[in-house]
Amino acid sequence: MRQTIVRNVADLPTYGYGPRSGPWWGAMGFMALEGMGFAIAIGTYLYLYAVNTSWPIGAAPPDLWPGTVEVAIYLLSIIPNEMTNRVALRQDLPKVRAGLIVMSLIGIVLLVLRGFEFAHLNTRWDNSAYGSIVWLILGLHTTHLATDLGDTVVLTVLMFTRHAQPRRFSDVTDNVFYWNFVVLAWLPLYVLLDWVPRL
Amino acid sequence: MSMAADERELRDDGLSSLQLSTRLESIWRTPSGFFGALMSVDHKVVGRRYIVTAFAFLVLGGILAVLMRIQLAGPEQTFLSPDKYNQIFTMHGSTMMFLFAVPVMEAFAVYLVPLMVGTRNIAFPRLNAFSYWMYLFGGCFLWISFLVNTGPDVGWFAYVPLSSLQYTPTKRPDVWAQMITFTEVAALAVSVEIVVTVFKLRAPGMTLDRIPLFVWGMLVTSFLVMFAMPSIMVASTSLILDRLVNTRFYDPSSGGHPLLWQHLFWFFGHPEVYIIFIPGTGMVSMILGTFARRPVIGYPVVILSLIATGFLSFGLWVHHMFVTGLPQLGAGLFTASSMLIAVPSGLQIFCWLATLWDGRPVYRTPLLFVLGFIVIFVIGGLSGVMVASVPIDTQVHDTYFVVAHFHYVLIGGAVFPLIGAVYYWFPKITGRMLSERLGRWNFWFAFVGFNVTFFPMHLLGLIGMPRRVYTYTADMDWAHLNLLSSGGAAIFAISFALLLVNVIISLRSGALAGDNPWDASTLEWATSSPPPPQNFDRIPVVKHRDPLWFDNDSLPVVAGLSVERREVLLTSLAEAEPQTREASPEPSLWPLITAIATTIFFIGSIFTPWAVLWGTPPMAVALIGWFWPSGSKEDEE
Repeated sequence: MRQTIVRNVADLPTYGYGPRSGPWWGAMGFMALEGMGFAIAIGTYLYLYAVNTSWPIGAAPPDLWPGTVEVAIYLLSIIPNEMTNRVALRQDLPKVRAGLIVMSLIGIVLLVLRGFEFAHLNTRWDNSAYGSIVWLILGLHTTHLATDLGDTVVLTVLMFTRHAQPRRFSDVTDNVFYWNFVVLAWLPLYVLLDWVPRL
Repeated sequence: MSMAADERELRDDGLSSLQLSTRLESIWRTPSGFFGALMSVDHKVVGRRYIVTAFAFLVLGGILAVLMRIQLAGPEQTFLSPDKYNQIFTMHGSTMMFLFAVPVMEAFAVYLVPLMVGTRNIAFPRLNAFSYWMYLFGGCFLWISFLVNTGPDVGWFAYVPLSSLQYTPTKRPDVWAQMITFTEVAALAVSVEIVVTVFKLRAPGMTLDRIPLFVWGMLVTSFLVMFAMPSIMVASTSLILDRLVNTRFYDPSSGGHPLLWQHLFWFFGHPEVYIIFIPGTGMVSMILGTFARRPVIGYPVVILSLIATGFLSFGLWVHHMFVTGLPQLGAGLFTASSMLIAVPSGLQIFCWLATLWDGRPVYRTPLLFVLGFIVIFVIGGLSGVMVASVPIDTQVHDTYFVVAHFHYVLIGGAVFPLIGAVYYWFPKITGRMLSERLGRWNFWFAFVGFNVTFFPMHLLGLIGMPRRVYTYTADMDWAHLNLLSSGGAAIFAISFALLLVNVIISLRSGALAGDNPWDASTLEWATSSPPPPQNFDRIPVVKHRDPLWFDNDSLPVVAGLSVERREVLLTSLAEAEPQTREASPEPSLWPLITAIATTIFFIGSIFTPWAVLWGTPPMAVALIGWFWPSGSKEDEE
């Protein structure tokens, strides 16, 4: 078929931020389906809660302190996270490196705290359906935390190599974006796991 | 040709069209050799593999169906043992749903969507390759297990308590549950790719109201996958956990509940039907427009129907559970919603009929299959409205009436459009036409064979024959109808053999297709058949919903893309205004390596929970290898 050139796109940039970039939409897609996974897990919890006369089954509610401390750290982590976002948009490499290191450390601290949280659930996965669902939900979110931490650490290392090219700043902003999802997902799960059994 | 001093500055407007083709081809081609083939990230190569694999599973699932029909052809036959029969009907359902119907639709989307939206590759091509390997390994895992007598035998929906450790102490349900995980990972990955491809990789000017209807269908389907499949993943994971580490999700003695399984399964299972059916309707709309020689009437109505179907499909799942003792209000609500979903489907059918009525239909094989689809699907839809009603459902639940109903819906709604699609797009994919003569035979054998097989099942169900029985006694009076049904199955099977013969003959000696043998209107027909690795030498600019009918002498295109690296054009979500020239990944072995590591992790974890510990590091290493920049031009812009 004959072709007529009607437009030239040579001046367009080779990467973009946020909704202008492909990976950002990919992250959106995965957040949507993972968010649905959390919603289904929450639904499962509430279903089991509804069909049982006593809740929690044969156990005390989880100890409050690990989850609560996590909530505080998650909420505070939004500040360095957002600062990392801003320096990435400015393409300020030294500050991006610093921001990523801080975010990696926060992830490690949260992962350690998560270990304490499992230990303070006051139930085992094989005690009852209650134990099963709280372990499943906490496990699911821990997987999120761990994969995001892995991603952040790899990106941090990458930004110290020769691969720290301008388009990688877009990856940093996507990583920031995804962390917000990890934080946001934790809040309803915290209420569900730590407070619903106390109702 | 004026070579710029800096190589990186070389753009496509600096080359003659022949030089441009050659240059783009060398950049976009899949590397040669065995390892080259394993590295491919070309959506057409992956899509072709996906299609062929899905049809291989169709043949396997079809053979199982034939075995069941042989067993049921007469009363008290001993061709299959009860245990084999249980495995076979489970394998048939699981194979057809998880390894054929959903993957084949995604396979066509992987091949066609990037071409239809006028881009050079799918979004996240390496994820696409990974998705294919996961699907292949999951399918092989199921079938190898079956061949060594560990095939699942608890039905394609694996209801607890039958599938719990107490009642099935073998590994069979675990094989089923983990196959689910494999195929869901694959399907979720493809869905994200399709969504991003449709959102960001459309040719400039392809505004939302110019997107081809198949692409709209796949977009809606992808969202259904993203919101339905997490449910089955939670279900299959919790089932494996119950069986492996004694969690209590489904154990009523410890606060668990068997109906939880049914809710989780059908919250996925009902949208699943539409995940299979909506792409079929997309194919129908494309074929119909081409062969009715006019654009489909009611384009916005069709799209809104697809979207409405998508939303409504999440509000029907409980109609699979009418006999579990629901509150009356719940039963009423789900009856109403089940009937409601007939409305958007009906609207689409009227749009298609109007298109045929107002067009000048050319009755080639693809259109015959579409007409067959309309007849069969309408019958299936009507029996669907019947079983949406609680009293009728209570009567025919778990009988062959339901078997008849869902085969009318699924084969009518998806397989007939699909075979039509094979005839329609085979020339694009292979460069050769399928034989029209064999195609007609194929259609009539399929249409007659299908109806003779499945129509009698309505009657068998009404006179009380239950599903999933391996035999029946002569005094039940079911023998004649069963024999008729088995005879129909033989005819239906022959129709697929004819398709296979047609494909084999036409691949060798079919008439050459040329770019656009059907004089169709959408962009996949604007390039050669089969398309070159880069799909289009220049990205088209879309000014009309049917670009090739509108711009029939000269296609408007963009210039200015790099000819030094793989580059795609990203455009804005609604208006498809060009935004960036983004790099597209090169071939890589890492998706395969990651899929192998994931396979070891998945299979290991049905035997020991420790697989989570030793299975994770190899996966992590593979993923790092995948995402670490290789230092090529693609990565370093």
